[in-house]
Amino acid sequence: MSEIVKQDTRDQLPAVEQTRGTVTYTPRFDILETDDELTLYGDLPGVGPEDLDIRFENDHLLVHAKVPPRHDGREPIYSEYGVGDYYREFRISEAVDAAKISAEMKNGVLTLHLPKAESVKPRRIEVKAE
Amino acid sequence: MFSTRWQPLNDVWSEMGRLYDEMNRLFDRYGHADPRRRPAPGYPALDLTQDENNLYVEAELPGMELSDLEILVTGNDQLSIKGTRQQPDGEAGVWHRRERMAAEFTRMITLPQPVDPDKVEASLKLGVLTIKLPKREEARPKKITVKTG
Repeated sequence: MSEIVKQDTRDQLPAVEQTRGTVTYTPRFDILETDDELTLYGDLPGVGPEDLDIRFENDHLLVHAKVPPRHDGREPIYSEYGVGDYYREFRISEAVDAAKISAEMKNGVLTLHLPKAESVKPRRIEVKAE
Repeated sequence: MFSTRWQPLNDVWSEMGRLYDEMNRLFDRYGHADPRRRPAPGYPALDLTQDENNLYVEAELPGMELSDLEILVTGNDQLSIKGTRQQPDGEAGVWHRRERMAAEFTRMITLPQPVDPDKVEASLKLGVLTIKLPKREEARPKKITVKTG
């Protein structure tokens, strides 16, 4: 599975809007492949289900999350990370059953289930003894 | 016959790519003016803010519950955050990518202001830990009345 950056020339997808001038970060993901599905686990702290925009088009999975600022009214002292939107794009080379993709968001972790299309699931071949 | 196209400079490009990554890694610690782009000295990365009455320490800890964490504040204004991040079970499959950290961690810092350990509150929402530490009386800004006359 390979990953592409977002300078891709597909005109049907809108460019990521930067109307607020916020920084956008690339979230970290783990990807697990089992016989039945591809499972993606993404760290998206500060994001609730309503802040997410996930699309699957033409073998590309796009994850975009808007993160509201958290430190209003407080004076900064020392900072080791910044708060901003998240964006990541994956190119999925497996045949995926797009209609069955599901996602859950819990404690800032996004879990995406991409079930494999029936035709690509490994099939056990029965060998009969003669 | 060879079936793959011979690309001149293929090897050169990949070597240069590797050199580029190495240089980036080397200069990562020292080359960034913006502290948010330097790797944090420990896990989790922390963010300290304050208002008039409180100090706030925030950390991004996705996938954890408050019960997985141990947060301690000592009378010497030291704060420690300790916990274990579980990883999802990958027994039945193959990992294509592992980027998320999953291990035991401890981070201890000395707070820049004296705080009252008895009044500390912690909350964990959407994977963001916020620790509110009320400042001790002597640390609060005091209004100075200026007498005229």
